[in-house]
Amino acid sequence: MQLIDKRLNPSGKSLPNRQRFLRRARAIIRKAVSDASASRSIRELEEGGAIVIPATGIEEPHFRRGSFGLRDQVFPGNEEFLEGDRIPRPPGGGPSGRGSDPGRGSGEDQFSIVLSADEFLDFFLEDLELPHLERRKLATMKAEGVRRAGFATQGSPANLAITRTMRNALARRMALSRPRPEEIAALERELEDGERTGAPELDLAALRERVSELRRRLKMIPYIDPIDIRYRRFEETPRPIAQAAMFCLMDVSGSMTEHMKDLAKRFFMLLYVFLNKRYEHVEVVFIRHTDEAREVDEQTFFHSRETGGTRVSTAFREMMRIVAERYQVDDWNIYAAQASDGDNERADNYETVELLSKQVLPVCQYFAYIEVGEPGREVGMSSLWKNYKNIGEEEPAMRRVATREEIYPVFRELFQRQPVGAIP
Amino acid sequence: MTGLLYEGADWTFDTIQRVHDEIERIAIGELGLDVYPNQIEVITSEQMLDAYAATGMPIYYSHWSFGKSFVQSEQAYRKGYSGLAYEIVINSSPCISYIMEGNTMTMQTLVIAHAAFGHNHFFKNNYTFRDWTDPNGILDYLVFARSFIASCEERYGVSAVEQVLDAAHALMAQGVNSARRRRRPDLRSEEVRERERRMNDERIYSELWRTLPQGAKPPAARDDSALLRKLLELPQENILYFLEKNAPKLQSWQREILRIVRLMAQYFYPQRLTKIMNEGAATFVHYEIMNRLHKTGRITDGAFLEFLASHTNVVMQPGFREPQFGGLNPYALGFAMMRDIQRACAAPDNEDRTWMPDIAGCGDPMGALRNIWANYRDESFILQYLSPKVIRDFRLFHVVDDPDEATLLVESIHDERGYARVRSALARSCELSHSEPLIEVHSVDLAGDRKLILRHKLLDRGFLDEGEARKVLRYVAMLWGYDVLLQEVDSDGRVVKEHVAANPA
Repeated sequence: MQLIDKRLNPSGKSLPNRQRFLRRARAIIRKAVSDASASRSIRELEEGGAIVIPATGIEEPHFRRGSFGLRDQVFPGNEEFLEGDRIPRPPGGGPSGRGSDPGRGSGEDQFSIVLSADEFLDFFLEDLELPHLERRKLATMKAEGVRRAGFATQGSPANLAITRTMRNALARRMALSRPRPEEIAALERELEDGERTGAPELDLAALRERVSELRRRLKMIPYIDPIDIRYRRFEETPRPIAQAAMFCLMDVSGSMTEHMKDLAKRFFMLLYVFLNKRYEHVEVVFIRHTDEAREVDEQTFFHSRETGGTRVSTAFREMMRIVAERYQVDDWNIYAAQASDGDNERADNYETVELLSKQVLPVCQYFAYIEVGEPGREVGMSSLWKNYKNIGEEEPAMRRVATREEIYPVFRELFQRQPVGAIP
Repeated sequence: MTGLLYEGADWTFDTIQRVHDEIERIAIGELGLDVYPNQIEVITSEQMLDAYAATGMPIYYSHWSFGKSFVQSEQAYRKGYSGLAYEIVINSSPCISYIMEGNTMTMQTLVIAHAAFGHNHFFKNNYTFRDWTDPNGILDYLVFARSFIASCEERYGVSAVEQVLDAAHALMAQGVNSARRRRRPDLRSEEVRERERRMNDERIYSELWRTLPQGAKPPAARDDSALLRKLLELPQENILYFLEKNAPKLQSWQREILRIVRLMAQYFYPQRLTKIMNEGAATFVHYEIMNRLHKTGRITDGAFLEFLASHTNVVMQPGFREPQFGGLNPYALGFAMMRDIQRACAAPDNEDRTWMPDIAGCGDPMGALRNIWANYRDESFILQYLSPKVIRDFRLFHVVDDPDEATLLVESIHDERGYARVRSALARSCELSHSEPLIEVHSVDLAGDRKLILRHKLLDRGFLDEGEARKVLRYVAMLWGYDVLLQEVDSDGRVVKEHVAANPA
């Protein structure tokens, strides 16, 4: 017998097949994921988990009998029946055995599958891989960097590639068979010995001849030749910025209810998940404002209330201050999302729009404005909405949200928006 | 050697070796079993899940359906709906058995006796396995199949290969010659034959032939349909074989893939014919061996009790009313019949002498069992050896469900009048044609539009599931390259229903 310990062999032999299966079921899984995410809280989004998909497209059909005609079967466990007894047809299952084959047929209509968190998010965000985003090129903001790019025959002495140079020199010396100094020294010693001991002149002459020949070669073939020399070459290459700063701006004045804040929070978190997936490093800045704006931590941002008027421009000003201070446009991709119920002091509107169009929008990769409302309450044009609309071509992405279920579709729409958007 | 082989639940490679040697002594020396050399591999539960997905084989080509079954079994396992099998055993030489690292030593002993000797003996000796499988070549063939399919994926694209595999898998049940006993397959030469076929194609290819003018077609042939039917070997129950040989538009690599799937279907075919016997024999062997180990004091009472507990679970047969009921348990029925034969050989009563005259009282139970294991399959085995005692013990009864009647009829029960009828009814239900539709290639309209005509022979008025049939037919049409017609034919030869699939191209 051969006893083999296979435990240390890699497991996961089935993973490639699992990948194939996911690829095959891609379309239906994506739909199921987006349905599932509507009912999940944003925090759960990052957890993956089980989803149920219909079995269309992944069934494995076989010829099998559908309607059974006359069937006879043998069953165990008879207790009361006698030959010739008539028994009522049981509703599914039982002696007629209709339900005895759960592996096939109706059992395959639904299929439950567990996705890892990463897979779930991939499917979730796959929808958002959109032309608009590609056009804007998510990570387009470039910084110049230098990169090694092989070797050159010219360059500054500071960039001399010593190893490479010495290697070339060695190869050349070997190819041209440059004598080694030790070799000459040995011959000279031999010559001296010969002269001292009075060896035959003929031998000595040959030795002398050889030494002088070697010396000549030594002089002719330099130890390092200019053609050996190599310099390290550097190239300037654009390097994508792998970090993003996300600004959450929210109106926290008295008119914002808890419900509205909850909607805003969901939107912000969705944006966070989205950015986190794409950038190595994402920083979030929370700015809340009434008639003055302040950078706060997340807890305060979502949970404390304040009273006062509403001046949106203060938030923009605060944001620009922070950008200038900590997030240089050259090094950071800047995203901003503003949530508000749409109120603003009339006197502030002009300044708000000026700030937004002249300063904020130019530094942002993307700016989204969502106007949160109470469900079932019809709102007319709010003052912010009206003013933002007037910005024209460069107007920010805008949507209205009133209920939780709308958040995901709205998020998707915003990112799907065509460059010159038709906004309802 | 005497004394305990092991104590406690933990196993080591030493104890496994020791236990294996002792079991081997009993199995070969005392039970007279004849087995392939054993190769026992210790694996983790995760590897067991992997093995599940690819039909239990250690190597298999890639296909999404294995990923699907992996996802399913993983799900069921993680949620605790189903445990993992204690063992997987592969019909190959050497015979590979997987045992799980999480098992206790007693379980390992049980598994070695069950798989490495019980199943192993059955694989080596049963005639269905001898006729349909080639255990020497299977592992090499799987390596070839995997690399062949991988190379096709590289050359023709994953989705093109997937399409052919999907279609071939759908026809797997129609990929076996069930009646004709073929010469023993020789899977080792398959790779060589594939290369020869390809080289022959390359050799006879000549650029010149392409330049010949396409002259007028020869005048329409006379009606030689009888000759054609003979050439095409019609009717043909092996649809995969027919398509591999005759589908006009397939590329040679596509034919080779059909061949691979067909040979795998053939390899697994005997397992479907001998479920009850195979499990019955293996269960009987482990039961005998464990008892002998205990009787000679090689395992502790505790270990023996542990064995009995899991053995009883395996051979439990719930009655049809009980919620756990899931049909006849092949382990239970097989084991009960083997034990019954053993009893009848050693201490027969009058009933046995009437019902099993050839073995009753022969005095050599193992000899009789070995002979039975070698020469029967489920259907013939039950027809011959299901004794009244087992029928009584299982309280078997035979029900007829006629859709035209409002109620079911109890046709026969475990009484004097019913034994023979219960027995033949059960034997009939073990026939594959009882559970699976019988479909064959009936003809091809070669003079007309090359439509392929399949026929389903209705058994007891059971029609095909329409939705499934339509999907499978689409696959057939894709492989055949022209339209396909499936006729359902009743016992008088009348066509009662038709399904059509148009060629998708």
